[in-house]
Amino acid sequence: MSATMVELGPYLALILAGFLPNEFWRVLGLVLVRGLDEKSEVIVWVRAVATAMLAAVLAQLILSSSGALAAIPVGCALARRALDLWPSYWRGARCFSAC
Amino acid sequence: MTDTAIARPPRSSAQAFRDGLRAALTSILFYVLLGNYSGIGALCYEFGFSPIWAVLCTLLIWAAPAQVILISTLGTATLLEVAIAVSLSSVRLLPMVAALLPMLQREDTRQRDLVLPMHLTAISVWVEGMRLLPGVPKEERAAYYNGLGCGLLFAATFASAAGFYLAASLPPLLAAALLFLTPMSFLMTVCRNTRTLMDGLALGLGLVLGPLIAAQKIGLDLLWTGLIAGSAAYAVHRLRQAKASAP
Repeated sequence: MSATMVELGPYLALILAGFLPNEFWRVLGLVLVRGLDEKSEVIVWVRAVATAMLAAVLAQLILSSSGALAAIPVGCALARRALDLWPSYWRGARCFSAC
Repeated sequence: MTDTAIARPPRSSAQAFRDGLRAALTSILFYVLLGNYSGIGALCYEFGFSPIWAVLCTLLIWAAPAQVILISTLGTATLLEVAIAVSLSSVRLLPMVAALLPMLQREDTRQRDLVLPMHLTAISVWVEGMRLLPGVPKEERAAYYNGLGCGLLFAATFASAAGFYLAASLPPLLAAALLFLTPMSFLMTVCRNTRTLMDGLALGLGLVLGPLIAAQKIGLDLLWTGLIAGSAAYAVHRLRQAKASAP
């Protein structure tokens, strides 16, 4: 392999494995809605789907980044907290855990 | 209801672009992106990429989850595996672009004028665009959205480079914290921008169903979550409309 190829490797990978597979969805979106009106029912539905997907992405980012933050297992802390609080609300009592 | 946007004289594209840029600068997401993308810049440093690569990565991909996957797996997985993982993480871009572009296009809009708005669409720009565009006259929207998108993309690009150079002195935990804080603030912005029942339902259902469906390990979980939660929210919206119009 020539020196230029080695040099270009990461950039080629950026285009092939990053830019193209990512941009594909944007281009498909552009092609599919050609000439559609923003008030049409299908666009209203698409907006709901987009919002739900965005929420799912954010939920996954929030839950998965607890792995990156090894010192603070956020998911565990949240789950523990929820488990603690739930029965206390259920019985109308005050939170009985000191956590 | 009075529409103040129609009352004022028409503006040039350059003015609308500047208005969009100003909206980007005053958006909380501008500052959130600075944090988020310095985390991504730091990640590029950790995995041994060059600063130019980090900047190009942000400019070309402009989707944080896809970038994190690309940066962290490119060294170990095959090119095809990386491409598939990146692509699966970006399915949301299709409905986002599809919901947004009709707000910009008029009968005389050329397809190529929509290419830049298409590329600029990312969670941050989309969220702010969906909130702000209804108050902008239709003929100014494309330029306005381009301004908004360029402003936010600038923040991300600048931060990618800054994060790269800061990475040497930044403690790793801080870089991780930057990456963690940002989805929380995105979520809060999305919640704040939720106006209609349908948007709220889609958001709530997506938040709950997303991790649940992902835990089933059936693959394409983002796609399924979007279709199920989004369609359910849309169905409720239609039912309420039918009820409201019934005598």
